[in-house]
Amino acid sequence: MACVNPDGTLSESAKAILLVLKEAKTPEEISRIIDQPLFKVRSALRDLTTANMVQEIQGKFQITEEGLKVIS
Amino acid sequence: MEQVKSMPRIGEPAPQFEAVTTHGTLRLEDYKGSWLILFSHPADFTPVCTTEFIAFQGIYDELKKRNVELLGLSIDSVYSHIAWVRNIEEKMGVKIKFPVIADLNKEVASLYGMIMPGESKTETSRAVFVIDPEQKIRAIIYYPLTTGRNIDEILRLIDALQTHEKFKVATPANWRPGDDVIVPPPNTQEMAEQRMKEKYDIKDWYFSKKKI
Repeated sequence: MACVNPDGTLSESAKAILLVLKEAKTPEEISRIIDQPLFKVRSALRDLTTANMVQEIQGKFQITEEGLKVIS
Repeated sequence: MEQVKSMPRIGEPAPQFEAVTTHGTLRLEDYKGSWLILFSHPADFTPVCTTEFIAFQGIYDELKKRNVELLGLSIDSVYSHIAWVRNIEEKMGVKIKFPVIADLNKEVASLYGMIMPGESKTETSRAVFVIDPEQKIRAIIYYPLTTGRNIDEILRLIDALQTHEKFKVATPANWRPGDDVIVPPPNTQEMAEQRMKEKYDIKDWYFSKKKI
């Protein structure tokens, strides 16, 4: 996974995504807030979902307990 | 004998893929909603490709203003790509900000017909695929290994395609933004007669230009 290193640490852009996901947001909203291209946000969300750090609910993404642990 | 695969064509859906890139694993579907220039180069750490990468980076901000993303590709590893883009930054002072596909197994190159076996079986040619926000192929350009592309023409092509999209007009040879555009020719006799009364720059019933 690109935004999650093999040792479990996160890239800066992945952390930036997690930090804005305490409230559920669409990829488009995240892209605007963190000023990153939409394709990168979509790719990172896929990785973070696989790592159980975010979950998708009806097209919006929100941080999970696992994700909160990583950024706390 | 190697099987010859059919190449994607203009007007057809762009073949979907998932690939390892310098910006992580990307899928074509990640680009839905924006235009995409998918281009291949023969190899990392080669001089013509280096000039092309610097030139592509040179138009990247202009492309972004037009909702266009860039995605490079060659049959090299992601570590080679990372080393090369770092080298370009160190030696040429240009930071490459767009992702580059590491297509070591030639999967994407084969899907898009980027390898010209008559020229090289191990390198991709200089191919350019313009893919629209609905992921349809809108233009294809090929250059041989020996000849660097005219990157300015790629920006001009994007402007022409987006002008067509917005105004439903065609663009003449060597058109540049601000130039007159071609009004689509009428396709009935009645409309041809009507066309001659329109306030366009009319050379004949089938050949009219207008400003936009």
